[in-house]
Amino acid sequence: MKSLPITIDSVRKTFGSYVALDDVSLDIQAGEFLTLLGPSGSGKTTLLMALAGFVRPDRGKLLLGDRDITRLAPNKRDIGIVFQNYALFPHMNVLANVEYPLVLRKVPKAEARQRALDTLARVKLEGLAERNIAALSGGQRQRVALARAIVFEPRVMLMDEPLSALDKNLRETMQYEIRRLHDDLGITTIYVTHDQREALTMSDRVAVMNSGRIQQIDTPQRIYDRPSTRFVAEFMGEANIVAPGSVRRMDGADESREALMIRAESLHLDTELVGRDGVALEGILSAKAFRGENWLLTLALDGGQEVLACIPAALAGGCTELAAGQRVTVYAPAAKVHAIPGAIA
Amino acid sequence: MTIAADPALAADARSERRFFLALSLPALFIVGLAAILPILWIIRQSFLTTGGQYTVGNYEKVLSSGLTWSALVTTVELSFGTLAFCILLGTPLALALASARPRVANLLMAFVMLPLWTSILVRTYGWLVLLRRDGLINAALTGSGLTTEPLPLVYNFTGTLIGMVHYMLPLFLLPVYAAMRDIDANLVRASASMGATLGQTIRTVILPLSAGGIFSGSIIVFIYTIGFFITPAVLGGGKVNPLSIRIERTLSTFQDWGSASVLGILLLILMALIGVMFLAARRLMARNNVGTVHA
Repeated sequence: MKSLPITIDSVRKTFGSYVALDDVSLDIQAGEFLTLLGPSGSGKTTLLMALAGFVRPDRGKLLLGDRDITRLAPNKRDIGIVFQNYALFPHMNVLANVEYPLVLRKVPKAEARQRALDTLARVKLEGLAERNIAALSGGQRQRVALARAIVFEPRVMLMDEPLSALDKNLRETMQYEIRRLHDDLGITTIYVTHDQREALTMSDRVAVMNSGRIQQIDTPQRIYDRPSTRFVAEFMGEANIVAPGSVRRMDGADESREALMIRAESLHLDTELVGRDGVALEGILSAKAFRGENWLLTLALDGGQEVLACIPAALAGGCTELAAGQRVTVYAPAAKVHAIPGAIA
Repeated sequence: MTIAADPALAADARSERRFFLALSLPALFIVGLAAILPILWIIRQSFLTTGGQYTVGNYEKVLSSGLTWSALVTTVELSFGTLAFCILLGTPLALALASARPRVANLLMAFVMLPLWTSILVRTYGWLVLLRRDGLINAALTGSGLTTEPLPLVYNFTGTLIGMVHYMLPLFLLPVYAAMRDIDANLVRASASMGATLGQTIRTVILPLSAGGIFSGSIIVFIYTIGFFITPAVLGGGKVNPLSIRIERTLSTFQDWGSASVLGILLLILMALIGVMFLAARRLMARNNVGTVHA
């Protein structure tokens, strides 16, 4: 199966005075797994629905390969979609749901049946073909929705928060399986989620969206370690954003003039763990909490700014003795200190 | 409603059930008084002569009369005719309403419901004004030269059917509209994303999922039309005589309570038969549409 690249070219969509997509441009490579990540109302679902054909952009272009699909009817796009609440047909059983796209394509009956059964086996649902949808668990419904979206061998697959209704353990299993399925099929996939960890775990690249714009598009590691805006830094995890003046470079080198981001888990109590070119932050311990795998320390820096340090329990020998009100210094390795371009703390 | 799974709370659950039952007693009392007792009384009447003697003569008289059977046929024709037009006109209308934006849908719904707020007598005579030989419609038709002669639109089966469809359409529409409104919009989108045209989506997703509403609507149509009196009496011009009119005539002209009761029982049996037919059809459909798609 040959998958196709997608080009999103300055797409704009407004609903009344609300700008849902603010000139979004994005290139997705053939076979790539790209995640649109953002809080609710960031435009990620609108962008997905524009690709699916259920939202028509005010302007801009959508290309599938080199075919312009901006104004193409949804049923002519040949895109597999997994909807948030699965959207399985309740009046058809599992097999009929999966056969549906093939029946529409006039695939001969016996072949359609065989392909549907093969696809069900691929998503580990063999033996459930005759079940009613109502008799399935959430995870099984998810798999039927997946099977139905890939059975007609679409060139592109769109997934709209497909795992949001599942509990944590099942979600993690399904993340792994969706990614495996993607790698087996090599199908270009655009995945929408508001769960940062899910985005980081599954994607080749992540596009972080906020208020109708793409804030940053990068590999999961760069998104997490090298955020290009304050929003991305804070959305991706516990981020301390401090003024350059409140940080001391231990090798005495020049300080950056931009705000610095240091993730809570990059901070240590022990200088040894950091290296000579690391940085030190000094402040008064205002709170500490034991959370099992780690300790969470809250420091008030001299400038009044609060900093969170997440110290792994295995390395936190000294934490037990620390008391609120005490002066504490925490250290971070230079590689984990990131200057956010243009940001002032 | 299951209230408690814990056996220790079974007593509480029982007392709650008793409480709910107590609350429904007034309704049960009215149903018993207004429906069941009269039916029992009619059954008794049907076996009595005018003098109060036990007899099966009423049945012999009514069932051997050709008028009874033609009335039965007219009743069935009117009911099924009304239903057919309700389905043909009402289903697309419900579809349009259900897919319209909420504001538009509410406005359209108000228009649909308006006739329901008008007395049936007013509406029936309204149709008379529109449909008779020198009525508005015929005046327009002959005036514009579309027809040379006025069409026989009233005082016949056509006129009666028009009046009944007009009366029943909103009542049919409501459950169908409600069922269609309940369909998850993502199902329609999913169907399109897999390649279905709008027509295919309507046939394979929307109609099967609103079948319950269409069935309820159809049953409502039958319940009303099978005993419909005013519309055939006014718009039928004496030529359309369903069982309801036979019953009225038997009573007002001959004061024959026994025969009228037999006719009433016939009506009840007809309703029961149609009800059973409907339930069977519904069951059959529910069983068939699970495994197969025909696009």
